[in-house]
Amino acid sequence: MTIEIDNLRISFGDKEVVKGVSFKVAQGASFGIVGESGSGKSTVLRAMAGLNNHWSGRIAFSGEDAPLKRPPAFFRKVQMVFQDPYGSLHPRQTIDRILSELPLVHGMNDIDARIARVLSAVALPQSARFRFPHQLSGGQRQRVAIARALIAEPQVLLLDEPTSALDVSVQAEILNLLADLRVEQNLTYVMVSHNLSVISHLCSHVGVMIDGHMVEQVTAEDLRLGNVQHAHTRELRTLSVELEEPA
Amino acid sequence: MTSAFRNWALSETPSSRRQAAWGNRYRAWLNFKGNPLGMIGLTIIAIFVLMAILAPLLATHNPATQELGNRLAAPSAAHWLGTDELGRDVYTRILYGARVTLGMVIAVVVLVAPLGLAIGCIAGYFGGIVDTILMRITDIFLAFPRLVLALAFVAALKPGVESAVLAIALTAWPPYARMARAETLTVRGSDFIAAYRLTGASSWRIIFRHIAPLCTPSLIVRVTLDMSSIIITAASLGFLGMGAQPPSPEWGAMIATAKRFIFEQWWVPMIPAVAILLVSLAFNFLGDALRDVLDPKGN
Amino acid sequence: MLVEIQNLHIGFQSRTGFAPAVKGVSLKLGTEKLGIVGESGSGKSLTARALMKLLPKQTRIEADRLAFDGIDIMSASEREMRQIRGKRAGFILQDPKYSLNPVKTIGSQVAEAWRTHKGGSKRQALEAAITLLEQVKIRDPKKVAGSYPHEVSGGMGQRVMIAMMLAPDPELLIADEPTSALDATVQAEILRLIEELVSERGMGLLLISHDLPLVSHFCDRVAVMYAGRVMEELKASELLSAQHPYTRGLLNCMPSLIHPKERLPVLTRDPEWLK
Repeated sequence: MTIEIDNLRISFGDKEVVKGVSFKVAQGASFGIVGESGSGKSTVLRAMAGLNNHWSGRIAFSGEDAPLKRPPAFFRKVQMVFQDPYGSLHPRQTIDRILSELPLVHGMNDIDARIARVLSAVALPQSARFRFPHQLSGGQRQRVAIARALIAEPQVLLLDEPTSALDVSVQAEILNLLADLRVEQNLTYVMVSHNLSVISHLCSHVGVMIDGHMVEQVTAEDLRLGNVQHAHTRELRTLSVELEEPA
Repeated sequence: MTSAFRNWALSETPSSRRQAAWGNRYRAWLNFKGNPLGMIGLTIIAIFVLMAILAPLLATHNPATQELGNRLAAPSAAHWLGTDELGRDVYTRILYGARVTLGMVIAVVVLVAPLGLAIGCIAGYFGGIVDTILMRITDIFLAFPRLVLALAFVAALKPGVESAVLAIALTAWPPYARMARAETLTVRGSDFIAAYRLTGASSWRIIFRHIAPLCTPSLIVRVTLDMSSIIITAASLGFLGMGAQPPSPEWGAMIATAKRFIFEQWWVPMIPAVAILLVSLAFNFLGDALRDVLDPKGN
Repeated sequence: MLVEIQNLHIGFQSRTGFAPAVKGVSLKLGTEKLGIVGESGSGKSLTARALMKLLPKQTRIEADRLAFDGIDIMSASEREMRQIRGKRAGFILQDPKYSLNPVKTIGSQVAEAWRTHKGGSKRQALEAAITLLEQVKIRDPKKVAGSYPHEVSGGMGQRVMIAMMLAPDPELLIADEPTSALDATVQAEILRLIEELVSERGMGLLLISHDLPLVSHFCDRVAVMYAGRVMEELKASELLSAQHPYTRGLLNCMPSLIHPKERLPVLTRDPEWLK
């Protein structure tokens, strides 16, 4: 599913936080948005998911313009994974209940089989199914959050800092899982992160945002080699590279 | 049998929805059992409820039969708690009175808790104009002192148990609505609610399936703690002649009719007063214990 | 020695039993910069908190020796601890939002911190506060002093916290994930600032973080913790060539910008490490 964003503007009250962002993502590709807090990167993602109604411009999936209020069928195609695995699962519901909500809303059949299938897709044991979120580790919870998105059998996955709340060892597992899922299920990704190495690991194209503008779009390869134009991109790259080099 | 249930319920890896739900309940019960005051409260309430249900079996007399020759008798083998100003058996009237008083309390709670919960959750979730309208209505009801509003309401209708229940219900819901709204506001913006919006579920489904259950535990605690004040309001209305009408053996009305004898035959008004005190105290103990078990902020 | 920890054990007593969290940690710190790195649950924060006796009541602490500048922490009274906390040792926490009083101006809070320890008039304190804000490289200290915590950015808030901690001229600074709520650009500035201040004033620094590369850049020595134990202790400059399989595993599983990996190696935990 191709994605086109054209001159997207988003305001909170009088304050414009996204000031005309445009980018395109090809079918099956993965696009990363990098930026610091307040740059508007997560706001872009939430507007794409349909969680924000105060936008203007164009958001289109497969050439079809998304309306301000998305119809339920939209959520079968586009799903999202949130940053904080502790806050994105209902604290008093079992994993089973959390996963079965979307199939129930859409009147899907074989809910049991679907749940079993997504649990194994994210490499969670079936025994996790009737447990509560607080009985799982951070990494397991993020797998549940991914499973919840997958149960819709979506074509697009929007990832909002999916690993920034996790330890690096767990981050590696989740990043590997996301890479595998993209190939297996033919997904298109848009990922937001503040971490250049995470984004360049998963995404082939990267957009850099600062203060509501997307100031530069580069390939991950050019980012790696330092073929970048904008000063902010260069600054972020330098910081990231400095840390990687031995002290 | 019990140990088999224990192992099944406490399993770290439940294999069905039912088992997970029972596990949760059983853990809550274990927590609750560790609180002695809570257990005392629960026991007292259970005893009074049983007394109310089994009143015809436990009673020694007919609650309405008068023995005018034996008025204001002291407790004795024939009349365990003595007789009142019309020679009626006080023990029997306390039993039947439990039906009236507890019945009123339950009726109020059944009316009020869901209403307060629904109004609070709806106001909190939608926000904006819906919130403003619902909360201003709540404020209006909150502005009146409970007993005064209830009195005015009962006076406008006809005095009786039904009007008293309605009047208390009318004055009892606003705090629940405020509380449910506050809880809703804390979860409304959370990621897990956003995730449910991304299923395509309607706002109503999100409010009643996902938000309301989160507000219920603190609501249950609050309602339990409020029970005693509901009992006292009901009794006060009875005392003022605006609640249950004679000869109905409502506890507050019993105190009212016997109040003249407080210096000479003090046990006559004292016995229903002790019943009110015991039940109110029991509900407070229960509420405190439930707060420890149910309130997620305590954990 | 500023800090001496020998065979420290910390555990939690709950209804279901006793859960050990720190199992025999030994560390020493002089006037140098020591980093403690580890994953969540490794016990790194608990260790630092135990040193200041900042643990909840139901925690059990045992140690052969737990000392700050020769003072035995295990037997110190609450009064003696207050002399150490905030005065001789400053504590910088992750998110300044929760550590600053939202209804007081920044200037008055820093001034109050200075006055509690140094005495003097309100006017002197406010002047001292502005000097302190200058020292943490706030460009317009007078303006910042007059603003409220919610009016400044996260990085600025963290500078203010550092200024407050510096007020009583402490000998030790404990920083628990001081920059993990901050942007990369701000993170580097704050750490450089802490580093400079610590060197200038000859303080000891205990930097607790989950970020190995970060710690290796800003500390002299690093202790790597895993599951309540210290796996290895080494010079920060040698961290990236560490020998212990746990440290190596952590470093390997990070994605890299300059050396892309097709697939990230996954850390396999060896029960042998805990023997």
